[in-house]
Amino acid sequence: MNAPRNPLDDGGWDVVIEPHDRRALPHLGEVWRYRDLVLLLVHRDFVAQYKQTVLGPLWHLLQPLLTTAVLTVVFGHIAKLPTDGVPPFLFYMTGTVIWGYFAAVLNDTAGTFTANAGLLGKVYFPRLVIPVSTLLSKLIGFAIQFALLCALVAWSVASDHDVHPGASLLAVPLLVALMALCALALGIIVAALTTRYRDLGVLVAFGVQLLMFASPVVYPLSSVPDAWQPWLALNPVAPLIEAFRHALLGEGLHAPWMLAASAAIIIALLILGLWLFHRVERTFMDTL
Amino acid sequence: MTRRVIAVDGLSKRYRLGELGGRSLREDVNRLWARLRGDARAPAPGRLLALDGVSFAAGEGELVGIVGRNGAGKSTLLKILSRITAPSAGSARLRGRVGSLLEVGTGFHPELTGRENVFLNGAIHGMRRREIAARFDAIVAFAELEDFIDTPVKRYSSGMSMRLAFAVAAHLEPEILIVDEVLAVGDVDFQRRCVGKMGEISSSGRTVLFVSHNPRVVQSLCSRALLLDEGRLVRDGAVDEVLSEYLTRHGGVTGAERWSSGDVTLLDVSARCAQGPGRTLRVTLRASLRFARAFDDVRVDFALENEAGVRLVQYIPAHLGHGPATVRAGGALRLDLEFSLTAPSPGECTGTFFVHSRSAGALLHLDHVPLFRAPAVVGAPELSAPEFTACLVADFEGALHAVDDAP
Repeated sequence: MNAPRNPLDDGGWDVVIEPHDRRALPHLGEVWRYRDLVLLLVHRDFVAQYKQTVLGPLWHLLQPLLTTAVLTVVFGHIAKLPTDGVPPFLFYMTGTVIWGYFAAVLNDTAGTFTANAGLLGKVYFPRLVIPVSTLLSKLIGFAIQFALLCALVAWSVASDHDVHPGASLLAVPLLVALMALCALALGIIVAALTTRYRDLGVLVAFGVQLLMFASPVVYPLSSVPDAWQPWLALNPVAPLIEAFRHALLGEGLHAPWMLAASAAIIIALLILGLWLFHRVERTFMDTL
Repeated sequence: MTRRVIAVDGLSKRYRLGELGGRSLREDVNRLWARLRGDARAPAPGRLLALDGVSFAAGEGELVGIVGRNGAGKSTLLKILSRITAPSAGSARLRGRVGSLLEVGTGFHPELTGRENVFLNGAIHGMRRREIAARFDAIVAFAELEDFIDTPVKRYSSGMSMRLAFAVAAHLEPEILIVDEVLAVGDVDFQRRCVGKMGEISSSGRTVLFVSHNPRVVQSLCSRALLLDEGRLVRDGAVDEVLSEYLTRHGGVTGAERWSSGDVTLLDVSARCAQGPGRTLRVTLRASLRFARAFDDVRVDFALENEAGVRLVQYIPAHLGHGPATVRAGGALRLDLEFSLTAPSPGECTGTFFVHSRSAGALLHLDHVPLFRAPAVVGAPELSAPEFTACLVADFEGALHAVDDAP
């Protein structure tokens, strides 16, 4: 280097840019330091979604109601699938609300790099901030829908329908957190791979649809033939949906071992996702 | 000796050409399969060295200009320093927060208002909410967008967006500010304030790296410059040395490709001005032109514009009876011109050149060729007002000569 040696130079560098990062996983503390950015992005996602719409956030209520109505007619009345003795409308609504959150987070985080290229090309900030803020902004919509669902459940209990929410309601935050982390993990895996293989971007929407039918959204797990049950346990989302339904309606499989297996799979997916994400986050701008 | 805040050591960036367009899974599988079979015909991906072993250091308060032709690696260097992308080799060490303004994209969200975008943009640069709030009024005032700050950014003109983006980046008080050719948009007045702001930032002890295609701006702003060519740092030194090397290397005023129409190239232009008698300015202009083909009766019209783009004088040789010139293929012509004008308001003056021939019509038309900086005329404050544009012109003396020393 041409510059003269300066005693003040030794150490004290804030940023060292090198070809390879020694860390294998993203620096989570950095995401915390950028928490104001996370909040602003949450605000951006939530507000921008409804600018120039007539009904605004009311869509959060209409969407699950309409979907549930369709599912009730198609699967409840035409296909006559069993609902574990629970009123069909509530059965499908619980499935729709929790699945809707999962699918929204997965779809959006999968497009992290492509949808935010303008922002990401500006300056460095921890890239994980974007999927994390997606997860949180979708949580707002989920909370609104969950409140509606609780109101419907309360009304059903009061009017003596066959609905029994239990003490496991307390576990709902944990179930939602696991659901969110699962969507985040799958989303960032796809996001990382799409920077190299564009084909995957096209497959996501399709894959989410398939995964819905492999999960107990429109049917109860109990109606699945016994021989297939162990295979369904490999789907980490399945036990979460069942447990969610059990908490709200009092019906559904909720074996602790299944939940534990689900949590273990989700943690493994999350570590894989963070590792892949970290590998591409420093060079994806070259390929975008 | 100031403390170094940027230390770049052997920085290289290699792009695999295949990666630039994105790849499909099938290509990768094919390549892997070919490698497993030991097939030597597997297509080797092309490589491009966008940056090749660049080393330099910059201290506190330095304002460093980076010049070079398109594709010389300027933007790649800035992208690595702003951590948009990682280098392939070498390292860079930085001290303090980095603010950057790269390319023309502002990173604004079109649906959000200016206000919301200022906070978002500040947070992207790593600022806390209250830090942004404390500087909010200054940012809006600098961008002159008080009336539009609660309007969605999608209704802004590109100039307004850029003004806001520059204002945010400049007010973040980063220890290192990286600015890539943003002065191309925005009006003359705003450009001048941007340049002033960068000067202010560096005099407050912070470091600015500034890329521009306009050597005049680099010259007026920076004391030191780096010249990049094909990814290598070929010159690092005082701004005048580096710029003259840049001009000789690239055989034109600011990159030959911009000053050529194919048949005719403006090789070199120089202009000097001196205070003449009374409140006049005496301008001496010399421009060299190379012709790829032979032409009869070539004339060169010229006009001088002030910083706001207002035309001050116009030289039309045909009207003055100045004869045309004839040039052979590969030959050169030189325009020597001297004239006086009432001193214009101080600032950068640019020229318009229009080369034409009676038989072939228009040959080359160049606007905004940087010429000289008009000084403030002593004892004439009324002439220094920016709105003053009236000019009295006298005595064009000049001619178009054939130049024989063509290499």
